[in-house]
Amino acid sequence: MNKVVRKYIENSVVSVLFTSSLVTTITVIFITFFLFYEGMGLFREKPLEADFIIAVNKSNTVKKLDNQQIGAVFNQDITNWKELGGDSLPIEILSLYTIENYYSEEDLGEDFSLLPQKINEFLEQTPGAIVCFTKAFMPEKIHGDEIHIDNIELLQFLKGKSWLPTSQPVAQLGILPLILGTLWVSLGAILIALPLGVASAIYMAEVAKPKLRNLLKPVIELLSGIPSVVYGFFGLIIIVPFIQQLFNVPVGETALAGSIVLAIMALPTIITISEDAIRTTPLALREASLALGATRWQTVLRVVIPYSKSGISAGIILGIGRAIGETMAVLMVTGNAGTMPTSFLQPVRTIPATIAAELGEVPMGGVHYKALFMLGIILFLINMIINISVEYIKKGRVGR
Amino acid sequence: MAKKVEVSNLNLRYGDFHALKNINLSIEERSVTALIGPSGCGKSTFIRCLNRMNDLVDHVTIDGSVLLEGEDIYRKGIDIDNLRYRVGMVFQKPNPFPKSIFENVAYGLRVNGVKDKSFIENKVRESLVKTALWDEVKDDLKKSAIDLSGGQQQRLCIARSLAVEPTMLLMDEPTSALDPISTAKIEDLIFELKKQYTIVIVTHNMQQAARVSDVTAFFYIGELIETDTTSKIFTNPKQEKTQNYITGRFG
Amino acid sequence: MNKKVSEAIAFGIFRVLSFLLVGVLALILLFIIVRGVEAISWDFLTKMPSDGMTSGGILPAIVGTLCLMFGSIVFAFPIGVLSGIYLNEYLKESKLKRFLRLMTNNLAGIPSIVFGLFGMALFVNKLNFGDSILAGSLTLGLMVLPVIIRTTEEALKMVPNSLRVASYALGATRLQTVFRIVLPIGMPNVLTGLILSMGRVSGETAPILFTVAAYFLPKLPTSIFDQTMALPYHLYVLVTSGTNIEASRPMAYGTALVLVIMVLIFNLSANLLRRKFSKKVKLK
Ligand SMILES: Nc1ncnc2c1ncn2[C@@H]1O[C@H](COP(=O)(O)OP(=O)(O)O)[C@@H](O)[C@H]1O
Ligand SMILES: [Mg+2]
Repeated sequence: MNKVVRKYIENSVVSVLFTSSLVTTITVIFITFFLFYEGMGLFREKPLEADFIIAVNKSNTVKKLDNQQIGAVFNQDITNWKELGGDSLPIEILSLYTIENYYSEEDLGEDFSLLPQKINEFLEQTPGAIVCFTKAFMPEKIHGDEIHIDNIELLQFLKGKSWLPTSQPVAQLGILPLILGTLWVSLGAILIALPLGVASAIYMAEVAKPKLRNLLKPVIELLSGIPSVVYGFFGLIIIVPFIQQLFNVPVGETALAGSIVLAIMALPTIITISEDAIRTTPLALREASLALGATRWQTVLRVVIPYSKSGISAGIILGIGRAIGETMAVLMVTGNAGTMPTSFLQPVRTIPATIAAELGEVPMGGVHYKALFMLGIILFLINMIINISVEYIKKGRVGR
Repeated sequence: MAKKVEVSNLNLRYGDFHALKNINLSIEERSVTALIGPSGCGKSTFIRCLNRMNDLVDHVTIDGSVLLEGEDIYRKGIDIDNLRYRVGMVFQKPNPFPKSIFENVAYGLRVNGVKDKSFIENKVRESLVKTALWDEVKDDLKKSAIDLSGGQQQRLCIARSLAVEPTMLLMDEPTSALDPISTAKIEDLIFELKKQYTIVIVTHNMQQAARVSDVTAFFYIGELIETDTTSKIFTNPKQEKTQNYITGRFG
Repeated sequence: MNKKVSEAIAFGIFRVLSFLLVGVLALILLFIIVRGVEAISWDFLTKMPSDGMTSGGILPAIVGTLCLMFGSIVFAFPIGVLSGIYLNEYLKESKLKRFLRLMTNNLAGIPSIVFGLFGMALFVNKLNFGDSILAGSLTLGLMVLPVIIRTTEEALKMVPNSLRVASYALGATRLQTVFRIVLPIGMPNVLTGLILSMGRVSGETAPILFTVAAYFLPKLPTSIFDQTMALPYHLYVLVTSGTNIEASRPMAYGTALVLVIMVLIFNLSANLLRRKFSKKVKLK
């Protein structure tokens, strides 16, 4: 063939290859960028629903309230301004929910046309007043002080104890219960899966006859391919009722159920990787130990496990990673209560399950939507940490 | 005799590491040149300069000139694939492709655009005959090359290089992974090939160098210490380093 | 004597644990198979769901899942394999390459719900594909793309460098070396990876939750802009939010079994492929 034609073909194929990886690279970077862009937008937002305004009496010394304080005021967890650093005055709330306590329908006139006027009256006459309405209802000139509300802050977001993204008038966006829920469920799973997984890996690599091993290994690999909904289904019809009866709790959808299902799902990962690691122990090392009169068990304990430690750790960490990110099965069996977990026999809610449960209903671009993206970022970062630690552990092995 | 290769002031660096220092060497047409020297002294690096295999390594810088039949192979715009087509290479470990015996030998022709079936068949046969492999494999040319013995694999690799009719053959310790019987066969083969080809061979085996080569070059830590006819190098080297190496090796 | 006893005890415990574990896992499979077989029939596989999903079949879910699988692979496989080839065979080791590898590895491990989140925001909303097979396939495709790249790279890494070098030494160009030597040897492993990712795609729920999956849509999709039912989501719906959860139980068992069988088929064919070729190409 003509050399020039060949060169030409060669170049065009190479450019196709190059283009593909360029596309991939851009995609990969784009996904990351997009997630962060949408999620970090949360911290440029106020937790207040769009166009809501909160105001208090002019004489009130409290001029600023944070997210949680507002939530507490409107939930009536706090009923006196003293608790917020003001004078000792009872808090009197005027909002769409409480308005009938103060004014009759006639007072407000047709289509609430008199409402703005009443709001100003209320603000002027009640020293402990706090009012909250959308801009449309608020008087043009408010006879009171508007409460300044800060943008959502990262720290608040991370350590806030209540996750009520749709609460009125301010969304409560504290993800601590979700983080703890995720950690509880995953740690529970690892506590169950770790001894079982490592024991089975050692058994398969060191004790079982090759025939048995060749039977067990494919079964375990197969199990890692089964879709998570199927595990969730199984958990829901077997494990959940079982827990409910065994511990005599009102609902069986608990952190424990999640841990058990996740343990089952993480086991194949842990076993496969640990077993591979154990089998890389050089024969010479084993033989040296056996030749000194050590039993096989001693050899396993003193030679094989120390040698394959890093591989086993990698397996465990990847297992934890899988548990933390698992969505559907957890969504199905943990009951999804967004409260701070206090016991394994209580419903909990994890980060991935929160995204899955709420994403369908959020208005695009709102605070709640961005908060879910922020949860996505947290999963992204957790995964990155897991990846880096696995790399690090593996490198440690090479360097040794 | 005509000069086949003329290397002058050749320097090679792997990153900062100066692996070849100012090498000057000329190689005669239809001769066997043996490269000897302790491990890591740059023999492989040198031989790979002759068909620009070092281009495949990252961070390599090369200066100086290498003339092959009068043409500078490091000049800009040279067709490197064509250079490698003209200079055959046999490696330390046999590395047949996981293809049939026939396809292994035909590979070089095919990638260089030869389509003529009967031509390819003839070439395959001719090369296998030259390497004394024909009688052993002629009935199962379709068999995978992986299933041959180590010695057969190495002869197949030589046949593979010969099929494209190179003007020169580079061999980097071609027998170091083989048993003595296969080694002897390959040495005989080198003796035969010498009639037709210019051969450069790296070896750790002094007897081998003594048996097959006309000229021997002694490398030491990146430098070419001494070149002379093989008989002189082995019986009466000028340099002390050469002397030490050779007595150490034979003794 | 003492050490013999401790060995016997330790190995005994390991044996019991392992059998217990495999027993439990096998039980799960068995349970789904036994209950599922009762539910599966020809009608189940070929009919639309009816009576509030308590009877009829799951045809639209099967078809939907096949569409999604096909759609995502059509998009991810060529790009993934070509990129893998480029990364492994052409791109030299460099900071850029390490960065790319870090990013792809990272992306390969991200929980699938994050892809669902991304897919919904980008394909469904920003690009306005709506809930559609297109949006779902792209989302699933993005999810497996890094996996495919990584499998390709790993498969090509297993091809010994000595063969590449031998090919160059015979005057072959880089492209010829890639296509005649590297790919034929590495391809079976690439394909094995492909089959496994098809299995993964067909079983994922989280990425399709908000990008394509329909709660109840008893018709077959006619274009890539249609919504569709899908097996894993259908199972989820039947179990957690059907109109009559008790009555749709048999449907759920049947659907679960169909999913498991799909995974089984993918796994077995991947294993067969791997075995067939690893015998043919023994590489040292
Ligand atoms: N790809 C490479 N990168 C860096 N250093 C190399 C590379 N290849 C060889 N070297 C170094 O160059 C020196 C010469 O190597 P080589 O030519 O293989 O020696 P020989 O074949 O004589 O044993 C050695 O010190 C070796 O470590
Ligand atoms: Mg060498």
